[in-house]
Amino acid sequence: MSATTAPTSAEARTMTGADIVLQALKDNGVEVIFGYPGGAVLPLYDAIFQQNAIRHILVRHEQAAVHAAEGYARSTGKVGVVLVTSGPGATNAVTGLVDALMDSIPVICLTGQVPTHLIGNDAFQEADTTGITRPATKHNYLVKDIAKLAGVVHEAVYVATSGRPGPVVIDLPKDILIGKGSYTAKPVASHRSYRPQTEPDGEAIRAAVALLKRAKRPVIYTGGGVINAGPAASEALTQFVRMTGFPCTNTLMGLGAYPASDPQFLGMLGMHGTYEANLAMHGCDVLLNIGARFDDRVTGRLNAFSPGSKKIHADIDPSSINKNVKVDVPVVGDAGRILAALIEAWKADPTPVDREALTSWWRQIDGWRAVRCLGYEQRGPIIKPQHAVKRLYEITQELGRETFITTEVGQHQMWAAQYFGFERPNRWMTSGGLGTMGYGLPAAMGVQIAHPDALVIDIAGEASILMNIQEMGTLAQYRLPVKVFILNNEYMGMVRQWQELLHGGRYSESYSASLPDFVKLAESFHAVGMRAETASDLDRVIREMIAIDKPVIADILVAKDENCFPMIPSGAAHNEMILGAGQSGGVAGVTDEGKVLV
Amino acid sequence: MPDPAPTQRAATIAVLVENEAGILARVVGLFSGRGYNIESLTVAPVDEERRLSRITIVTSGTDMVIEQIKAQLDRLVPVHTVSDLTLEGPHLAREMMLIKLVSTGEQRMEALRLADAFRARVVDATTESFVFEMTGAGDKLDAFIALMKPLGLAEVVRTGVVAIARGPRGLQA
Repeated sequence: MSATTAPTSAEARTMTGADIVLQALKDNGVEVIFGYPGGAVLPLYDAIFQQNAIRHILVRHEQAAVHAAEGYARSTGKVGVVLVTSGPGATNAVTGLVDALMDSIPVICLTGQVPTHLIGNDAFQEADTTGITRPATKHNYLVKDIAKLAGVVHEAVYVATSGRPGPVVIDLPKDILIGKGSYTAKPVASHRSYRPQTEPDGEAIRAAVALLKRAKRPVIYTGGGVINAGPAASEALTQFVRMTGFPCTNTLMGLGAYPASDPQFLGMLGMHGTYEANLAMHGCDVLLNIGARFDDRVTGRLNAFSPGSKKIHADIDPSSINKNVKVDVPVVGDAGRILAALIEAWKADPTPVDREALTSWWRQIDGWRAVRCLGYEQRGPIIKPQHAVKRLYEITQELGRETFITTEVGQHQMWAAQYFGFERPNRWMTSGGLGTMGYGLPAAMGVQIAHPDALVIDIAGEASILMNIQEMGTLAQYRLPVKVFILNNEYMGMVRQWQELLHGGRYSESYSASLPDFVKLAESFHAVGMRAETASDLDRVIREMIAIDKPVIADILVAKDENCFPMIPSGAAHNEMILGAGQSGGVAGVTDEGKVLV
Repeated sequence: MPDPAPTQRAATIAVLVENEAGILARVVGLFSGRGYNIESLTVAPVDEERRLSRITIVTSGTDMVIEQIKAQLDRLVPVHTVSDLTLEGPHLAREMMLIKLVSTGEQRMEALRLADAFRARVVDATTESFVFEMTGAGDKLDAFIALMKPLGLAEVVRTGVVAIARGPRGLQA
């Protein structure tokens, strides 16, 4: 394939399967592939070598390729593309695929496969990839006929990016990649069976607005669906929230859809959400959920969740509606279209809002805010992890650079969500549904590839970062100046916190033993290492880290025993949340039923 | 959250799907992965030209679970249409059975008389055995099996339920 060939002239041309794959990706606007070579995909790597239209980023582990593609996709709104070999290449990618499935991230994963005549023979590096990835993907394909290859790639991109986005695997036997076939252009006709509803039903919108207009204690709760619907959806959300005067809270996946600095923003809700967000959810009389799925991390105990409210649920995926929580007004459609329709219907409905009720609702919310649930005191030389994130946020604000944050999974992730404010969507990449330790570093890599001049920081824990630490090599190879900001408390902190609160302080296997020297580790990977040991080091280290135009690991030694609060203990309701250490006696009441929950 | 003891109901669900490799695995995997019951499942191509197969699933659950099952099936990419026949009006449900009897003497005669009453057809006969073919609703088949037990019942094979709506309503791809 020649890079100079116009896509239109590709119609009906005969080329190898490998060239067909690249041409189809190119015609779908793909510019970057994250991958790792191997025997079954050699023909594709040979084709990649002979063209310049698509850039290949060589990762160090296939799981990281998928997380990198996720970071790329989340920060751009485009599909992320992965290429791995058969067998172990495909099985290593599975964690990333499930991560993308849980968080609705559009990813195409091309997997090599043994030639069609060997499938089922337990050939070298053979795995039943479509079988293994069936429950790990939105959809998957095994291409056994080269005539269908181009069509499958076009369809895969459509499936991954439309409706509720998700990962799609295309399994490519080696003989299909080597064989010759004709290229078919992107179809214009709609898909035979998969046509998700994007336009909301007008009647449902009017019913929703009628409820909202009469609300005395309303809350708007939004999730990743608003982010996935594109930046215009976040703008529409901001417009709608402001025109209603209602309070707004975001899920972990939804942060950035509504400006964190806005007075109508209540912060994140859920297990480690703010006091005001959770009590507003508990006490509201009308709840509008847009693009969130009533996840167990958000609802707490289901039979005590928002007990007195009428619930409106807007989602692109009908299976998300009435799954966990029975709702009064379901609205199926794209979050952006739904918000646009809500704005129009709000203007068209002459019913005045109950200003008096709303004022007293805000007075109540302000009372909850006055508790200052995220307050902490930084005293003495030991760095509080909350303080480290807060200072990181304030310094990046002060510098005014375009900043993207990724995280690993655990306490540091929750502190990042609590103390780093996001004003715009697509700046926050975290593993929400699956909770994948090792997500943040490769995701940051993908973000930095998409935004070479931006400041990209992985807020990490010392345990999580070791799960994909090999990607420091990728950062070095491509000169990606990602900053790894480790809140090092020498514990798997969230495990330790649960053991302290629920398992009698028996810290079974949650101590980070034999840690590497992260400064030397950075140096050995051609990066810069630095360490902050006391509070007086913190600002200097943050500023130096940001100023260096190279990958950096900043090892921030933080208080070892700090817990992440507020917290709704498992099996508890929103109004049973624990605000701080002094109150942790509150978890003594957690039942065995609650302990069973993750 | 639904009531403390939500009522379970049976549902017969018809699904029109692309006739392609792996579709049955997707449907079965969905049921096992999400912990839904399958009481019976049948599948066969119904439209060669348009490459469509039709799956009939008999399942049970609360209304909320059955709604979930429908929504989850509907979001599978190769699924065209999902219909809860139980909910959407009267429908016909039929199963076919082949049942083998090994016996001699008066038991054979009694079996033949009962088969006649149940409109089961003899499709194979030897001096010591019969195979009956019988079509009907599941409970009719159950009743016939119960009657055959003391008469030398040796083997049963059933197709599982196929079902279709009564009247002009139909499933559109």
